[in-house]
Amino acid sequence: MLELRKDIFADERDDNLKEIGKGTQRQDMLGHVTGTSTYFDDHKLQGMLHLKVLRSAHPHARLRRIDTSEADRAPGVRRIIRGSDVPRNLNTLLSLINFGKDDEPTLAVDKVRYKGEPIVAVVADSPLEAFEAIAKIRVDYEPLPAVFDVEEALKPGAPVVNETYPKNTFTYHERYDHQKLRFGDVERGFAESDHVLEQRYQMSPIEHAPTETNGSIAAPDTNGRYVVYTSTQALFFSLDTCAKILDVPSNTFHFIGGTVGGGFGGKVDTLTEPLAILGAMLTGRPVRYVLGREEEMQYGPPRGAERIFIKDGVKRDGRIVARKITAYFDSGAYTRLSSYAVVKCAAHLPGPYTIPNVYGDIYCVFTNRTPATAMRGFGVTGMDFAIECQMDKLAHLVGIDPMEFRIINAYRDGDMKAHRREAKNTALIECVQVAADKAKWPLREEFKRMSSRKEGGGARAEIPPTPREPVASRPAPAQQRTSYDRGIAMPASEQRPVAPPPPPAPPSPPAAPSHGATRFSSVFGTRRR
Amino acid sequence: MAKTALQFRHNGRDVAIFVDGGVNLLLALRELIGDMTPKFGCGQGGCGACSVLIDGELHLSCLTLAETVAGRSVETLESMKDGPNLHPLQRAFADNFAAQCGYCTPGMLMAAKALLDRNPQPSRAEVVEAISGNICRCTGYEPIINAVLAASASRARA
Repeated sequence: MLELRKDIFADERDDNLKEIGKGTQRQDMLGHVTGTSTYFDDHKLQGMLHLKVLRSAHPHARLRRIDTSEADRAPGVRRIIRGSDVPRNLNTLLSLINFGKDDEPTLAVDKVRYKGEPIVAVVADSPLEAFEAIAKIRVDYEPLPAVFDVEEALKPGAPVVNETYPKNTFTYHERYDHQKLRFGDVERGFAESDHVLEQRYQMSPIEHAPTETNGSIAAPDTNGRYVVYTSTQALFFSLDTCAKILDVPSNTFHFIGGTVGGGFGGKVDTLTEPLAILGAMLTGRPVRYVLGREEEMQYGPPRGAERIFIKDGVKRDGRIVARKITAYFDSGAYTRLSSYAVVKCAAHLPGPYTIPNVYGDIYCVFTNRTPATAMRGFGVTGMDFAIECQMDKLAHLVGIDPMEFRIINAYRDGDMKAHRREAKNTALIECVQVAADKAKWPLREEFKRMSSRKEGGGARAEIPPTPREPVASRPAPAQQRTSYDRGIAMPASEQRPVAPPPPPAPPSPPAAPSHGATRFSSVFGTRRR
Repeated sequence: MAKTALQFRHNGRDVAIFVDGGVNLLLALRELIGDMTPKFGCGQGGCGACSVLIDGELHLSCLTLAETVAGRSVETLESMKDGPNLHPLQRAFADNFAAQCGYCTPGMLMAAKALLDRNPQPSRAEVVEAISGNICRCTGYEPIINAVLAASASRARA
């Protein structure tokens, strides 16, 4: 247990943390209004070189030959960097927490998997000279059949996007091709319903379009290290990713950042730092690699597209009794963070509602599109869009006011959620009441009086019998063990509820989770402490 | 590459630089003068982050050929403060939480200054129009509009 030494600097501390409603000024406001906040690109370094990349012209192609001989001789060129120059030219972002397989090169070597994938980097005296040299590089492509649709990508015979995942789906826990949620019996629920509504929802990729584009400046420091000014949203994450790709200890780098010109999730992928640092290592000079606006819009990773199918069974009185969801997340050509988005999505089902029968299959699918990444609630936002559209349609179907329909189905304290945790501190009913009030939306008196803290639990706290499905034979890796699973008594008739499966009996007290599992508990399903 | 001598007034001081043909004012200011307050957002006139005043008129420095400001007066956010004192617009932006990531703020402030300099008492619609060429991707437009109106009101009182 962490001990807080409150006696240290006791006279300088203020333990009154009641800040809500106060309007406390941001600490960076003065810099912002005077234009003195220092973004990465506001650093001017002596002898700075500029790095630009040649990007793939095809969404899927074998690289037969890359001829840089003419570019080598172009004016102002200091260094041409190819995939073979990158010490560890294969990485996946979440490998830092041991989640997923390395699947993405820094510079493509034998194959490109999306239009705009970096192939060769040129370091030159000026951006203009770098661009002119890039125009002189000849790439001999052998175009391959490409797949751009998540459902097409899962069909037998579909082109294999990424050989690391030959089925075009991310592999969870070394054996599952999707995330699965099973709670109760949806088919029986549909049979008991007065109405069944099945709908398809399609999200588009969304570009964050930060006003400051992704970029970084790396420079040899005076102590043998490299100082890196960067736009990253995840300073230490990017630092560690660079250490892995460049195969050096992480204390080789001094990352400076934190002042980010808009990120929204689009600056966590460590897009520019590895090449900027490698450029600085190979030339001994400061190297700046900044995406242009067109690059940012076309090849910067977007919020992933999701295709969502929802089938709901609803009673005439407004109770939803079954919800079946199948969703396909378009990860693009590489994993980046979509694997995690899918886990979050599965944990979010069936939305903030108490539904006795829930069924979910969520796939992280590879296609020949720009790799997707984080963006504001990714994994949940798109699913909520679909669920809430569905809620409106269901309310219309049964002829109930859509606000009251949400209150009828809202989870309450003490209810059992579909992923087998008790709902606590719920507030959907209160949110709907406040929203209705602000919108001057009439709610009937009985709905105004309802509360998340009343009438939960009881029968609503029960885990319904869940039909058995074929069980995979291999034991689960240790990282899947969760203290939560141990706490649930499972009747003999109960079936294995969700992937990951329940673990063996735990030691007592529970063993500390691994380093990464503590910080990223939602990835592994470990319980936050 | 042949360089052209260029002399102009930058925030009230005479400056002289040598520029490559085709260089835009944004690069000249940032890389040759060292004034980092105008920001690069798109280089295509789409975002307004590079907005500056040329002879008191609002311009996008990324679309302005550097050589065209010869003999003219260029004003950036760097000159907005009066010594240690914030300009009423800067004070109003801070008080109204009109900056989030801060990247669009220099351009927003120049657009707002251009407005108040010619129209000290703008309507809300006029403020909206005046900053319509400036993108705030944090989408904090309401606080920005409120800040400009507050600055206008504080000037009227002063």
